Amino acid sequence: MTTGGILLAVLVSAVCTFALRALPFLAFNGERRMPLWLDRLGQVLPAAIMAVLIVYCLKDVGSDLRGIAFPKGIAVAAVAVTYKWKHNTLISIAAGTILHMVLLRVL
Amino acid sequence: MTKAQIRKNAFLKSIPIMCSYIFVSMAYGIMMENAGFGWYYSLFVSLTVYTGAFQFVLITFLSSGASIVTIALTAFLMNSRQTFYSLTFLKDFQKMGRRKLYMIHTMTDETYAVNCALDLPEKEKEDTMFLVAFFSRCYWMAGAVLGGVIGQLLPFDMEGIDFCMTALFVIIFIDQWEKTRKHIPAMTGLGIGILCLVIFGQKSFMLPALLITSGILVITEKGGKSV
Repeated sequence: MTTGGILLAVLVSAVCTFALRALPFLAFNGERRMPLWLDRLGQVLPAAIMAVLIVYCLKDVGSDLRGIAFPKGIAVAAVAVTYKWKHNTLISIAAGTILHMVLLRVL
Repeated sequence: MTKAQIRKNAFLKSIPIMCSYIFVSMAYGIMMENAGFGWYYSLFVSLTVYTGAFQFVLITFLSSGASIVTIALTAFLMNSRQTFYSLTFLKDFQKMGRRKLYMIHTMTDETYAVNCALDLPEKEKEDTMFLVAFFSRCYWMAGAVLGGVIGQLLPFDMEGIDFCMTALFVIIFIDQWEKTRKHIPAMTGLGIGILCLVIFGQKSFMLPALLITSGILVITEKGGKSV
């Protein structure tokens, strides 16, 4: 990507993010209530989008079993297990990332 | 409370955010540096976009040269949850005058959680909310710059550091999963994601996957059926 392309991408992201945060102040200014279905959508959308993003992170596991799939798979399991156990974001990110970096080098 | 007491209280409230932000944004800065973007890029993105999880995705988008449409749609869908945070604070922010725009811009998962839990009289609550938001933004930017500089100085190869993004998403996913008994939306995202990956391939599956997943959810939720 060119520098201009990068700047454009960052600015588009910034505008999208700010617009979403500001939306209720424009659309629901005052007493107007949000439609119920939109409220329900807000409760179910984040988990679904996160699931797509996890697929995005693991999109290359099919191309190399030993070099990519094993390190990523084992590290994801480590994150899930430590998080279920301690519910501490920092411990789980650190454990998973360090394990992934080690596995990349030894496998 | 005096001004000093408000500052102290806001700082204490922001300590949990400090621990998580500095750590995560340092990882972000290192990952940016690894992808060839110096600390000034990390600072620039943190200053303008300022939303944790999406900034990580943006790195891979920038280095793989994703289309603006994919980038905008991903930003839109990933950050849509923050629209719902703003709803909570409609009345509070409305009263904050000039600080309103800053409060809107700095609305993240973490500041939302802390500011939601504040139990203070009106004026003190406004000042505390503003300071929590301000401190948090400083932590995030400081970590991003620090990460970029550390990434440059580290003597060894940081290959594999990008996994911290995957780890972050797995954790958010588990949080979301535990919050509800309705797991069909999460499974829909997973299923459609994998399906689109198989059909469209690694380079171009994100756009259809996001569109189809959110489309299905809009239809099922608007139809009023509980999924």
